[in-house]
Amino acid sequence: MNMNYTAEELAFRDEVRAFLDDKLPADIAAKVKAFRPLTKDDHQRWQKILSAQGWYATHWPEEYGGVSWSPVQKHIWDEESSRYGVPRSVPFGVNMVAPVIIKFGNEEQKQTYLPRILSGEDWWCQGYSEPGAGSDLASLKTRAVRDGDHYIVNGQKTWTTLGQHANMIFCLVRTNTEVKAQEGISFLLIDMNTPGITVRPIITLDGEHEVNEVFFEDVKVPVENLVGEEDKGWTYAKFLLTYERTGLAGIGLSKAALAHLKQLASRRLKNGRPLIEDTTFSQRIAKVEIDLTAAGISNLRIIASVEGGGVPGAESSMLKVKGTEIRQSINDLARRAIGPYALPFVEEELADGFEGEYLSDEHAAPLSAHYFNNRKLSIFGGSNEIQKNIVSKMILGL
Amino acid sequence: MDFRLNEEQQMLQDTVARLVRGEYSFEKRLEFSETEAGFSEAFWGQLSELGLTAVPFSEELGGFGGGGVEVQSVMTELGRGLCLEPYLQSVILGGGLIAQAGNDSQQEQWLGGIASGELKAAAALQEPQSFYDLNDVATRAEKSGDGYILNGRKAVVIAGHCADLILVSARTSAPTSGDTRDADGISLFALSPDTAGVERRTYPTIDGSKGCDITLNNVQVGADALLGEEGKAADVIEYQSGRAIAALCAEAVGAMEVANELTLDYLKQRKQFGVPIGKFQVLQHRMVDMMSELEQARSMAILAASVADIEQSDERRRILSAAKNVIGRSGQFISENGIQSHGGIGMTWEYNFAHYAKRLITINHQLGDDDFHLERYANLLQVG
Repeated sequence: MNMNYTAEELAFRDEVRAFLDDKLPADIAAKVKAFRPLTKDDHQRWQKILSAQGWYATHWPEEYGGVSWSPVQKHIWDEESSRYGVPRSVPFGVNMVAPVIIKFGNEEQKQTYLPRILSGEDWWCQGYSEPGAGSDLASLKTRAVRDGDHYIVNGQKTWTTLGQHANMIFCLVRTNTEVKAQEGISFLLIDMNTPGITVRPIITLDGEHEVNEVFFEDVKVPVENLVGEEDKGWTYAKFLLTYERTGLAGIGLSKAALAHLKQLASRRLKNGRPLIEDTTFSQRIAKVEIDLTAAGISNLRIIASVEGGGVPGAESSMLKVKGTEIRQSINDLARRAIGPYALPFVEEELADGFEGEYLSDEHAAPLSAHYFNNRKLSIFGGSNEIQKNIVSKMILGL
Repeated sequence: MDFRLNEEQQMLQDTVARLVRGEYSFEKRLEFSETEAGFSEAFWGQLSELGLTAVPFSEELGGFGGGGVEVQSVMTELGRGLCLEPYLQSVILGGGLIAQAGNDSQQEQWLGGIASGELKAAAALQEPQSFYDLNDVATRAEKSGDGYILNGRKAVVIAGHCADLILVSARTSAPTSGDTRDADGISLFALSPDTAGVERRTYPTIDGSKGCDITLNNVQVGADALLGEEGKAADVIEYQSGRAIAALCAEAVGAMEVANELTLDYLKQRKQFGVPIGKFQVLQHRMVDMMSELEQARSMAILAASVADIEQSDERRRILSAAKNVIGRSGQFISENGIQSHGGIGMTWEYNFAHYAKRLITINHQLGDDDFHLERYANLLQVG
């Protein structure tokens, strides 16, 4: 029983801190810490800095330009980067399609796409969900019909995060309608500039343009863009989902959000005293901090077991549920902490370069929108109900 | 980082597990509970023969010098068996108070017996008005000649009915603030229950154990009954109840493990509408929630064990309160939802689930419930 880092792990943490002290742009960190939206340029600037350090691709083997961090090192990175306000890497290229290409793609695909992900030349988005295929992903209907050297793709994808910035999309498409739903799906890489593709924004409840609908109308995709075998895409999709799920518990992000909340509650007043000294409010904070402490140890137990050669199984699903509930509670408390100032929705205050006078203060401005935005946490990456189905089947055998 | 037990700790836990499996069937437990002692003297004898009652004590006392993790290993298995023996009261709390506060001759006089299981101690720290605040002490100890005269009433002393030695908190000086909750002025006395003026009213507890309320009516004790410095016992009591909280968390995790195993098993066996009820999603998700609560509780029991024996600090206080808060909530969640998942059979005396549910709820009423510890934690909040 030992909950401490080794000397090497502590040295790695120092190295991470030194790098972040030195290289993390202050304006980006300030936005992340205050829950303000990031621009495409913010993401790209930081991505280049990370790539130059060799720390961008933490899920790739070294031969492809990745960095082979141990589970504990990844955890240290997660904790430190959350604490410093590092923007979360847009995962679709580096952490989602790349591991699939590395595992199932051919040599040419690896040579073509991996360097462009590392350099930031390609921005990937994910073509999984459809209007009729959410939790029941295998019921997807977007069709790809083989025509000589091409597939002709027709259909619609939705909830495509940051698709407005992307030049590439990886899609699950139906190539066979004669077999069981899971057995007729293929995994295609599609250039977003191909004729016949239309991207339309979906504005979310917080007024943000984060997700999109993507329409495919007779889109010609070269057959060499098929990953692995035709009709075997479901296997690759499931493999990718295991990558998507790791880290979804967001323990580091919750810790950062909690620190922000406590700062906030020490500045706001109730009954003429700092809100954090209010009995009810301090107990609400205490409860979520306690839950986060427990989830943090559960997270470490999973990491230590993976470090010791175990496989992260459905335990990550259980932690995803707990972790997202905790982060949503923290967001809820941050919104409550600003009292009546949770109402004003002054979008200019959130825009880059706002120099006017804040209605309340710069901290209060994004909090309600952020609370609403993070209702997504319990929906994406497999809704929390789907996670419970997974635990029920894989761990409990029900 | 490594959360596994080392070889010795694993052996220790396996030893207790084997003993409990062999000697503590549900039927036998019901019988033990109905005896006058309210537990099995024979099982207590076996615990001590195997050296288990000596686990936390130093090697000179025949112990292992075991720390939080060793205690956790023992308590988890005692929790799995819903064991009724006064391990927590005598070995952890009673023994701990004497080991920390007692002088050499007091330690010599009592600790060997506690470690060997021949002597049972119980700590009488609560009072009718104190709720869970162990600094709320109205019992008075007036100086009289070389010794003291004690008057007052101590409440819900679990295993006090069978104790050979009772450790009583009492005020040796009136609180300077006039508040009975003042930490200053509390002293600790060790006395035999046979001392004139000690009256015990014994009762069964809802979880199958036994306890008593103790009235002290002009109880005369010598100077040698005082444990530690006069008026300065509050820190000792807080520290040792912290160790007991960690132990109680481990016991709760053991009980929650079995409660979840029983519930999951029932979901697979019980058929309604032609299928095992575990096929229904609403019951599946409830079961997942119960598992998830257990994982939170397990994490906190591990964390609590890791600070049980470190020097006192606000960080130790925070962790122990956090742990007890989580254990209290998860224990209640698993009890209530487990009964619900079982339906009618979960309501019966003859089926073991209900007894796990009762123990999990009463654990929340020992050494502070989740509300009490949430408040304590909130008062120690740190803005980083």
